[in-house]
Amino acid sequence: MEKIILIRYGEIGLKGLNKHYFIDVLIRNIKDSLKSLKNKKIEKIQGRFIIRLAEEDIHRACEALKKVFGIASISVASVVEKDLENIKEVAEILTEKECRGDETTFKVNARRGDKNFPMTSPELNGYLGGHLLKTFPNLKVDVHEPQFTLFVEIREKAYLYTEIIPGKNGLPVGTGGKAALLISGGIDSPVAGYMIAQRGVELMGVHFHSYPYTSERAKDKVVKLMEKVAAYSGRIKLFVVPFTDIQLAIGEFCEEKYSTLIMRRYMMKIASELAVKNGALALITGESIGQVASQTLESLAVTNAATDLPVFRPVIGMDKHAIIDIANEIDTFETSILPYEDCCTIFVPKHPQTKPKLEYVLKEESKLKDIDEMISEAIDNTEIITIYPK
Amino acid sequence: MSRIYFDNSATTCVDDEAIDIMTMYHKDLYGNPSSLHRMGVEAEKAVEECRNKIAEMLSVKSKEIYFTSGGTEGNNMLIRGAVEKNKRIGNRIITSKIEHPSVLEVFRYYESQGLDVIYLDVDEYGKIDFKKLEESINGDTILVSIMMINNETGAIQDLKRIGELVKKNSKKTLFHSDCVQSFGKSVIDINSCNLDMLTFSAHKLHGPKGLGGVYIRQGLNLPPLILGGGQESGFRSGTENVASIAGFTKVLQNIDMKSNTDRFVSLKKYFISKVASAVDEVIINSPQRDDFADFIISISLKNVKGEILLHALEKKEIYVSTGSACSSKKNRTSHVLEAINIPRDYIEGTLRVSFSKHNTLNEIDKCIEALAEETSKIRKFTRRK
Repeated sequence: MEKIILIRYGEIGLKGLNKHYFIDVLIRNIKDSLKSLKNKKIEKIQGRFIIRLAEEDIHRACEALKKVFGIASISVASVVEKDLENIKEVAEILTEKECRGDETTFKVNARRGDKNFPMTSPELNGYLGGHLLKTFPNLKVDVHEPQFTLFVEIREKAYLYTEIIPGKNGLPVGTGGKAALLISGGIDSPVAGYMIAQRGVELMGVHFHSYPYTSERAKDKVVKLMEKVAAYSGRIKLFVVPFTDIQLAIGEFCEEKYSTLIMRRYMMKIASELAVKNGALALITGESIGQVASQTLESLAVTNAATDLPVFRPVIGMDKHAIIDIANEIDTFETSILPYEDCCTIFVPKHPQTKPKLEYVLKEESKLKDIDEMISEAIDNTEIITIYPK
Repeated sequence: MSRIYFDNSATTCVDDEAIDIMTMYHKDLYGNPSSLHRMGVEAEKAVEECRNKIAEMLSVKSKEIYFTSGGTEGNNMLIRGAVEKNKRIGNRIITSKIEHPSVLEVFRYYESQGLDVIYLDVDEYGKIDFKKLEESINGDTILVSIMMINNETGAIQDLKRIGELVKKNSKKTLFHSDCVQSFGKSVIDINSCNLDMLTFSAHKLHGPKGLGGVYIRQGLNLPPLILGGGQESGFRSGTENVASIAGFTKVLQNIDMKSNTDRFVSLKKYFISKVASAVDEVIINSPQRDDFADFIISISLKNVKGEILLHALEKKEIYVSTGSACSSKKNRTSHVLEAINIPRDYIEGTLRVSFSKHNTLNEIDKCIEALAEETSKIRKFTRRK
């Protein structure tokens, strides 16, 4: 008996003529996610993939596959030749593992893909169910809410399993182009990146670093967050932009109540430039309406006017607790709440403008005489870190 | 740019000679002191040599010294040991509000377990209130734990007077002191202070991390925290950290307390005179007095965030601390600085500079110059509010 991982894909199975493109990208992403595991083989069969690898690696592989977008579900299946004796034997082994306590309810769910197999699906259900009931006296059939289901698929071989692990669904990353995620180190931006990556979009990260006003640890924190997001999105290039000089200039020359807003506009501008240079077609932010002064509708409009690229804000209408739920799910929350200063907290105005008008903001920005040079200098000195999944 | 390291109360560089010895013990003399063969015996000798040296420095018996993994373990095992041993004869334990977390948290734990815990206030110089201490010691008091030198401000407690008060008021009360900052830098007179227990650590004075120890007066027979193979006379099981212990012996042999103290005194004097003229609106929390350590200077600057200043100095390869290393990670104001009542608009701007035998006056010049420059940069933005 051999153990394999059975992978079912969801939405991409519905694609038309370019289905193969989606499938190839998904296979590539699956291979990437299993990079650290040796001697694995991946095989395409009808509507599924099969992964063969060492039995001791199966658990780790499943954990990684649970994070790959485009996968609908995963099962660890036992494979045998499709004759009844073999099938019965494996069915017994799997059932024995599931039996606990005085009474366990179950059902058999057989599917005959290979029509040459001598029994139909209902016949096989009845035959195997009967055999198991005889073998295990504590077993009882419950076809509506069984404690476990024994799945049997008859294809070129027989596949037996008892568990279907849900995948992340979505689309394979890389099939939907690339977008630049503005990442601060807070709770919202990693969640926003994750949500867009779920639709097949490849991510690049842009982080603004105001050393020494923020510390090395604040940068490390962003790297750690991106590593967690990369477990879902695949490899990410993180662009760390030195932002101190621009921030100091804003603090020195612009009216205080607009300072956060102006800062965010320059972040958008720099991120857009980096995005275009690196083939990204949109920006992603973790903004959510009304969360802070710079996220009122008026402020968002002013910030938005700083870029020509589409800006995706997937958490825009979400409550904080709903965002935190996702952050917990993708394991970024604990890292996000580490207390290192991030670039937004240092120069926070006491009374920020919550209903800004673009014309006033532009007037304030015009006081920054050398801003174009400062922006290109920041871009020239940007550090690029390649982030691998962790 | 050469590095200026002014964070020696957090940790220190390890002496070169000690590193050589440690390497030797890792590579060649790696026997386990519990082994019966010659390699084991040699390792055991190295451990005993260090124990003897420490005992000699503290004028106590070798068998009253036990090795631990560091100051935190030492404080935990002594306080827990003392309470577990004596909780049947009394319910009250006393400490101060400015102790290291490895003392305070143990007291808080026992508070949650229903013990009567007194946290003594301190005055603006960080000294505990003797009158309050005297009032607090009653027939139920089983333990008083007061640190010798405070790690954030350098304030030195009068252990002699505290010891007298403790013993005068209650014979059964044990007196413990966390001497992690003072061991090897100041004279600790266990007898005249009436100390029953004290804690020390190796890495604060050019020894390796992961090594510390405790003194326990003979006959106390505290219950151990860690059980196992019965090492350290059964009080602290676990294979001895032989290489570190052997290296630490060398560190202790090399200490020249007189020359170190002279250096610290002149460094502190110079720093304080310089900083006052280079920066305005600065409070010195560690005045040059006999009851303050010479190797720690805490200053508080108005309208400055200590963390920003720290990173600005780090950019120039100057390493200092905000408050203490342990409280600075938690992003909240330090309990010690709050206890000595530093004004609100100064407390966030607190920096700690702490010296080692390697520091020079020239380094202070560079530090103060950078400090003045970066402070005025930061204040440009904070003053407008």
